Amino acid sequence: MTVLTFTLIMILGAFLAGFIGSLSGLGGGIIIIPLLTVVLGVDIHYAIGAALVSVIATSSGSAAAYVKEGITNIRLGIFLEIATTIGAVGGALLSTIAPTSFIAVLFGLTLIFSAINSLRKKEEHIVLESSSLAKKLKLPGTYPTHDGQIMSYGTKNVVGGFGMMGVAGMMSGLLGIGSGAFKVIAMDNIMRIPFKVSTTTSNFMMGVTAMASSVIYIQKGYIEPGICMPVVIGVLFGAMAGAKVLVRTNPKKLRIFFACLILVLAVNMIYSGINGKI
Amino acid sequence: MQQEKFGEKDFQNIIGNLLRYGVWISLTVAFIGGVIYLIHHGHEVENYSVFQEKDRSIFEVISSVYQGAIHGSGTSIIFFGIILLFLTPIFRILLSLFSFLIEKDYLYTVITLIVILIISISVALGFSH
Repeated sequence: MTVLTFTLIMILGAFLAGFIGSLSGLGGGIIIIPLLTVVLGVDIHYAIGAALVSVIATSSGSAAAYVKEGITNIRLGIFLEIATTIGAVGGALLSTIAPTSFIAVLFGLTLIFSAINSLRKKEEHIVLESSSLAKKLKLPGTYPTHDGQIMSYGTKNVVGGFGMMGVAGMMSGLLGIGSGAFKVIAMDNIMRIPFKVSTTTSNFMMGVTAMASSVIYIQKGYIEPGICMPVVIGVLFGAMAGAKVLVRTNPKKLRIFFACLILVLAVNMIYSGINGKI
Repeated sequence: MQQEKFGEKDFQNIIGNLLRYGVWISLTVAFIGGVIYLIHHGHEVENYSVFQEKDRSIFEVISSVYQGAIHGSGTSIIFFGIILLFLTPIFRILLSLFSFLIEKDYLYTVITLIVILIISISVALGFSH
């Protein structure tokens, strides 16, 4: 295939990945990798590099609005970035020595986990009291609700959340994804932070986390400009289109549909990984 | 008239704007590079299924991107756009550092410095001879 045809196909595919990623809440990075490797036959290292670059673009773009509105907990984000960047550096180093089939299988499993996690019914449990470590670190905060009120919330189990964030960072560095699913577990389930704050703060952190591993990716040659350019542009516009549709539709049925689609991709990826076809 | 102190809210605005414009500027640069690349190499046959591992320090990469970009190489201009994209979160961190210093929040000044240190270490670790 010529470079031009391939670029156009990648833009289209990346647009779809960004669109589905934003509707399903999984993020574009996690869908672009199986698309590039399983469907288009791109080497997984290039796919990881391109996905991570697109993660930086989409997360920075959407984080901007929430930071301005004061929903993002900047202190919490920066504190947890210690964990995610350490994890990311470790993960990226591991990805340079791990066999490709291992990465493919691990990626497939993460994909299945994220898809199931996106369907799980989420319950909000805001706590008002905080642990003493959380208070020392000034992690409890406030956020504005729809009707303009200010909600305050507490923070629990800082150590557990910090550890889980390290895992999230490692997956991000190893697989080139934003690993939103792991971050949500760390913040919602372990630290008891309200959804609105945890999703926006996780988005805010993604740029720095991805940057920490991207530097290693650049040095090892994972960042192929000819692939990154169409992928980043496609994913970004796809995500923007997805966000527009999301406002008008009920994503519940769509989520089930996309989760099934992603499961198929995941099984395919694991199969190809085991057979050494990736 | 009330004189407002330059505080957290202003920094939220600056960080928000930085993130937004950083993404758009870097993508515009990458797009221009992409068009140039496709004009010169669009008809060639791609070879993306084979990974070519490299081992270059980030400084070597930056200097070769700089050299290529002034000579109008499409891939170098795309790479320049990607580097700008990477600089966006770095600037964001430096802004936070500055913000915590002004607020005299020394605990978070140190926490931010730790994050910067980890990123610097990643530059060193990623390049093995």
